[in-house]
Amino acid sequence: MGRSRFRGRGLRAMAGWRLVTVIPVLAAVSAALFAAAALSPFDPLVGYLGARYETTSVTDRALLTDQLGLDASWYQLYGRWIGALFSGDLGDSRAFAQPVSTLLAQRLPWTILLVAVAMGVAIAVALGAGVWAGMHRGGLVDRLVTASCVIMQGLPPFVVSLAAIAVFAVGLGWLPPAGLTDAGAEVGFGQVVRHLVLPAAALAVSQVPWLLLAVRESVSGNRGEDFVVGAATRGIGTATITGSHILPSSLAPFVTILGARLPEVVVGAVLVEEIFSWPGIAGAFVRSAKDLDMALLAILTVGTTCAVMLGSLLADIAVALLDPRVRADG
Amino acid sequence: MRARSLIAVGVACAIASTSCGVPESGSTDSLVLADAYELGGYNPVAGYGAAGEAKVYDGLLRLTSSTGAPGFAPALATALPAAEGDATVWTVPLRPGVRFSDGSAFDAADVVATYRAILDPASASEVRSSFAMIERVEAVDPLSVRFTLRHPYAAFGTKLLIGIVPSEAVATPGPATESPLNTAPIGTGPYRLTVLEPTRAVFEANESYWGGAPSVKRLTVLSVPDDNTRAQRMAAGELDGTSLPPLLAAATSGGRMSLQTNTSADWRGVSMPEGDPVAGDSAVRLALNYAVDRQGMIDNILGGYGRPAYTPFADVYGESYDPTAFFGFDRARAEQILDGARWLAGSDGVRVKDGVRARFTVMYNSTDTLRRDLALAFASDARRVGIEVDLAALSWDRIEPRVAQAGILLGGGSEPYDPDTQAYNTLHSPPPDPSTGSPYDNASRHADPTIDAQLELARRSTDPAVRAAAYRDVQRRYAQAPSHVFLVHLDHTYVVKDSSWTMSGPVLEPHAHGVTWGPWWSLQTWTR
Repeated sequence: MGRSRFRGRGLRAMAGWRLVTVIPVLAAVSAALFAAAALSPFDPLVGYLGARYETTSVTDRALLTDQLGLDASWYQLYGRWIGALFSGDLGDSRAFAQPVSTLLAQRLPWTILLVAVAMGVAIAVALGAGVWAGMHRGGLVDRLVTASCVIMQGLPPFVVSLAAIAVFAVGLGWLPPAGLTDAGAEVGFGQVVRHLVLPAAALAVSQVPWLLLAVRESVSGNRGEDFVVGAATRGIGTATITGSHILPSSLAPFVTILGARLPEVVVGAVLVEEIFSWPGIAGAFVRSAKDLDMALLAILTVGTTCAVMLGSLLADIAVALLDPRVRADG
Repeated sequence: MRARSLIAVGVACAIASTSCGVPESGSTDSLVLADAYELGGYNPVAGYGAAGEAKVYDGLLRLTSSTGAPGFAPALATALPAAEGDATVWTVPLRPGVRFSDGSAFDAADVVATYRAILDPASASEVRSSFAMIERVEAVDPLSVRFTLRHPYAAFGTKLLIGIVPSEAVATPGPATESPLNTAPIGTGPYRLTVLEPTRAVFEANESYWGGAPSVKRLTVLSVPDDNTRAQRMAAGELDGTSLPPLLAAATSGGRMSLQTNTSADWRGVSMPEGDPVAGDSAVRLALNYAVDRQGMIDNILGGYGRPAYTPFADVYGESYDPTAFFGFDRARAEQILDGARWLAGSDGVRVKDGVRARFTVMYNSTDTLRRDLALAFASDARRVGIEVDLAALSWDRIEPRVAQAGILLGGGSEPYDPDTQAYNTLHSPPPDPSTGSPYDNASRHADPTIDAQLELARRSTDPAVRAAAYRDVQRRYAQAPSHVFLVHLDHTYVVKDSSWTMSGPVLEPHAHGVTWGPWWSLQTWTR
């Protein structure tokens, strides 16, 4: 009783402390972004003018630089951005010629849908197959699952994506190749569901191997632990042992890996959205970085940092709650 | 591969309820096209549709279909403008009774406001440099406008193609990229934008279009940035057409899909800076023009979809093109020229003259794979005649300080609708005040008074015969002492699903391409 209250308090303190650190980290990350952009070899004017860069006169380049405020020092640009941010103005994206708020409102939900479905599937598959493989280590299924995981680990998401389109869309014709809806069709539930399958599967496939191997490793490790052996000698059934003894203590490393993999998920989403022409925000990331479209790039960077930090905090909380051996004072 | 994808489509249709997602393509009066670019940005002030290819806008003039250089026809003007005096004052009569898509009436104030917005520094317009010759634009009366130019300019018709927006839409000065026109365009054109989502834009026919309602009623444009994905969606039968790089287009076409090309005056070439003892040497320049295998580059790098370039002028310029100004691929002749100029082969095969090794650098933009491939081919051809070319892949800001010292793999042809916009800046000697031009104009920094005089004559004369003769003189003079090594003119390739439409015919394309160009550049004139 007393121990559990201690853990509860430690957890709250850790969560509070970590939440407090989010703000200075975000401030530092965004400041570093603006400073790095100033040093970047990309000229924002090249991004702005595109193919017209070569034909624009020196006078006009100076005029554009001045009008767009590109010659200001990084801390001036940063100050302006922060100031506008606090007054609720996210600014305009030069690359997309749209307000950043409109871009986010139109695209963010599709990214969240894609990532949530893909991670949901990845977690379910990793847990199911991972526990089975871990409990039957060395068996045929285990060897099959492990081998395919090792192969999939080496495949970049864009290879998986293009292969999925070639096989399931062009070859077999089971699913539409890309897009949010059939070419020209309105957005509707059935349409979106069918179009979500391949990109979500491709993103899930790129995440499953790491998660699955982690589950398998800890499950098979825990099988040899004293508390499991003890339970088995006391005559407790395999299902109960798996469910109440092995699984909870195996979940902790799994959740840790999950938290640590969040940045990889973002990278995977960028590639998958690009290839499947999925109308999400991740695809806009690369464009904004190439064009040094700071209004968009800064909010995406801050948003991603925030998501990763909160995600890993949630993972740590979950670990502390799942595994009694972990103390929540880190 | 093709047979298999056709079977795949057949299988897909068999599992009709879940799979055959082709609801609109193939239906009677609508088209679905996939573009490689982001949607939106539909603001002429920011440079959208600068050659009048934008479907929601009309320019004062429009291009006419031709296998050569296109002509101009009046659009929002009622007649081709006439130059007064020495081609510095141009008066354009305007079409009465035209309405914008928001219902407001079109008149001279809209034309004046559009051009003033492009020139207004506050707009930060991408195309401002291209309109730098305009000193003043004013309304003479509600149905005519007068442009006063800083210098005589016979090619002014090329500047009257850009779309006209209502004066209300540009009443507040501000950056063109922040204008509502980018996502909610208001024009007089044959189509209206009705839906704009991140990856889908729908254009509906303007039934009250002054030129007659278009027969193609609905155009859906999808943004599909990945080349392979566009090819696969095309193969799956979802699309009516798309733009693809040459090799992929050739692999995708077949069966019910045909490959279509539009010629362009989009050129690639290498500058040979005057300031470099090797690249600036007239014998080296001439020899390299004979030493490069242009057809080999076209066959191997462009999949056959291109034409050799010897000058910025292409054969599409008809009377203004001089077919005798060319350099046949002749390695022996190149070596002969170099030997004659005492560039003699050293022990390692690289030539030397007076202790100077025949070696120079060619820079190219590191993000452009086509320029990289052409630069590699150029370096390898140069090496075969004993000239060593070092390649440097750099970003533009690293290239620029070295323009006068090292060669650059350049591109041009962004405004091909007159020989002046195509060649003047590239071949004319640098202006007295360098800041009035781009550092990449005449990157070789070569000055030839004869070429200057002829370019100037053609710029000022409104007599087509005088102009054509002057441009032919420029090419003959250039061929005697070339200042660049021009390599190729590109063709743009598209894949189109067969249909019963009678299309509008080919057009010469600028550097820019995509589904606003290609077979769809004048969609409003399709019939059947």
